[in-house]
Amino acid sequence: MVPTLNAIFANHQHCSGALLPILHEIQHAFGYVPDEVVPLIAKQLNLSRAEVHGVITYYHHFRRTPPGKHVVRICCAEACQSVGGETLAEYAKEKLQDSNTTLEPVYCLGLCAIGPAMQIDETKLHAKVTPEKFDALIDALGERS
Amino acid sequence: MTIIVYVPCDAAALALGADEVAVAISAESVKRGLEIKLVRNGSRGLFWLEPLVEVVTAQGRIAYGPVMVADVPGLFKSSFTTGGDHPLRLGNIESLPYLAKQQRVTFRRVGLIDPRSLADYQAHGGGKGLDIARTMTPADIVRAITDSGLRGRGGAAFPTGIKWKTVLETASTQKYIVCNADEGDSGTFSDRMQMEGDPYCLIEGMAIAGLAVGANQGYIYVRSEYPHAIATLNAALAAAGDWLGEFHIEVRQAAGAYVCGEETALLESIEGKRGIVRSKPPLPAISGLFGQPTVINNVITLASVPDILARGASFYRDLGVGRSRGTLPFQLAGNIKYGGLVEVPFGLTLRELLVDYGGGSRSGKPLRAVQVGGPLGAYLPETQFDAVLDYEAFAAVGAVLGHGGIVAFDDTVDMAKQARYAMKFCALESCGKCTPCRIGSTRGVELIDRIRAGQSEQIPLLRDLCDTMTYGSMCAMGSMTPYPVLSALNHFPEDFQ
Repeated sequence: MVPTLNAIFANHQHCSGALLPILHEIQHAFGYVPDEVVPLIAKQLNLSRAEVHGVITYYHHFRRTPPGKHVVRICCAEACQSVGGETLAEYAKEKLQDSNTTLEPVYCLGLCAIGPAMQIDETKLHAKVTPEKFDALIDALGERS
Repeated sequence: MTIIVYVPCDAAALALGADEVAVAISAESVKRGLEIKLVRNGSRGLFWLEPLVEVVTAQGRIAYGPVMVADVPGLFKSSFTTGGDHPLRLGNIESLPYLAKQQRVTFRRVGLIDPRSLADYQAHGGGKGLDIARTMTPADIVRAITDSGLRGRGGAAFPTGIKWKTVLETASTQKYIVCNADEGDSGTFSDRMQMEGDPYCLIEGMAIAGLAVGANQGYIYVRSEYPHAIATLNAALAAAGDWLGEFHIEVRQAAGAYVCGEETALLESIEGKRGIVRSKPPLPAISGLFGQPTVINNVITLASVPDILARGASFYRDLGVGRSRGTLPFQLAGNIKYGGLVEVPFGLTLRELLVDYGGGSRSGKPLRAVQVGGPLGAYLPETQFDAVLDYEAFAAVGAVLGHGGIVAFDDTVDMAKQARYAMKFCALESCGKCTPCRIGSTRGVELIDRIRAGQSEQIPLLRDLCDTMTYGSMCAMGSMTPYPVLSALNHFPEDFQ
């Protein structure tokens, strides 16, 4: 862990306000921001541990525990609500319980004309997701409970 | 002659399978021994037709859509590479009424060019604004922006020229240009489309702002939910070479806090802190990022700048109505048949957008309510659909135009539930600095729950709470959450019984 961290710190040595870029890289490398890195970041940036902890817990994007094998995010904002986003989110919650897939709400993916929208593992987007389409996508991940 | 085929790389097109279609087209062309050049363009913003494939012919760019992977062999069989007939053939893209009726200024290159090619950008008129700005004094650039009547497109509609003038006149050795690309409002996607479809336009606008106020460093703060926009911006910046001269731009990834779309919270976030709203004054124009004078503008505001300089302030000012000058890229979203991006001058009515462009609801049921301006915008009932799309006209009916996002709901919507959601969203996203927003939003959820359970005597208390939030909150998060709540209550009282 420490060599990875040092490499990340080195990448941001001349960056003003480096905390968020560093946290993003850490989460990208480990899948989450482990509690053990907090004092190391604090020392590197000359911040208190409380300040670093405060930032990690303030932003929805950062997670402090490892996610499941896949992360599925379903849009729960108004535009997707208007075309059945909540029904999809409830359906997904039921389908993914006891599975190794993390389900998270997301408030807008910018796909508001083609909802309900969903994102798998940060980058793969899907639009007009029906329960049937959802099942097919989850089956393709091989993670359905 | 090499055949040129366009398949969009816009996130909305990707969500509908554009990558798979692009792969299938490449594979099929290899199989048939046809040499094609595949270009990944932005989206034209006609989302019911995505993935929308275009091919360059002597008759212009012929469009086919929506194209699924299974359609690809058939398209080749129908000689689509020379514009051949096919059930998915839509004709010349420019002649589709949805596009032909629009007046695209900021979006005129989106969907047309390869977003990652500076040469393509320049071949389509890009870069002229910066060239002209380089021959002007800072005060003259600011005057051109002021004369154009451009107002902040992020939602607050503050005159851009005045903001720039303040930064120009504030002495400092270090100033910043910050682009607010934290487009968190549901129903909005114009920033995303602009960044993914024509990033150099935004970059050029920022460089011009730098010349105007004397700043050499810019930041683009992009929400983490937009990884494709971030990748496109970074690729465009990496390929910009010395085009920007001494001006440097860094892309900063946000981290999922809606309130960071508020400008002072955004600045805190770039500084590496919790995105907590700052007290104003001081204005960011005087003491902004790292305490220095800072221009902070929305993506569309900055992307409007190059054309204002290239074509003249009067060109822009002559479009629009009243004090709303120029164009606004409206976003038709939610339960709407033909959802997409519609850039038109201010002055159309909401109904024209919803019916003439949008074609009514996607479900086929009557439209009952429309939320304009994101989660902090009012719900408008059918009786208000004739409101003119103009900042002041919307304010006059107790609504806001905001960033131009329009979310349609059919008659199955429960407006008390939507009002509850507005309060819940505020509770979830409040930065917590001021009490009316932090506590008021949670009390609001509880009140609406009681009202929905039959305690209508709680309605005066909800109104009172909204009054406190409106006048007591530090920023728009708390002070505007009452817009959706009260508009739902006022226009749809039957849902609260």
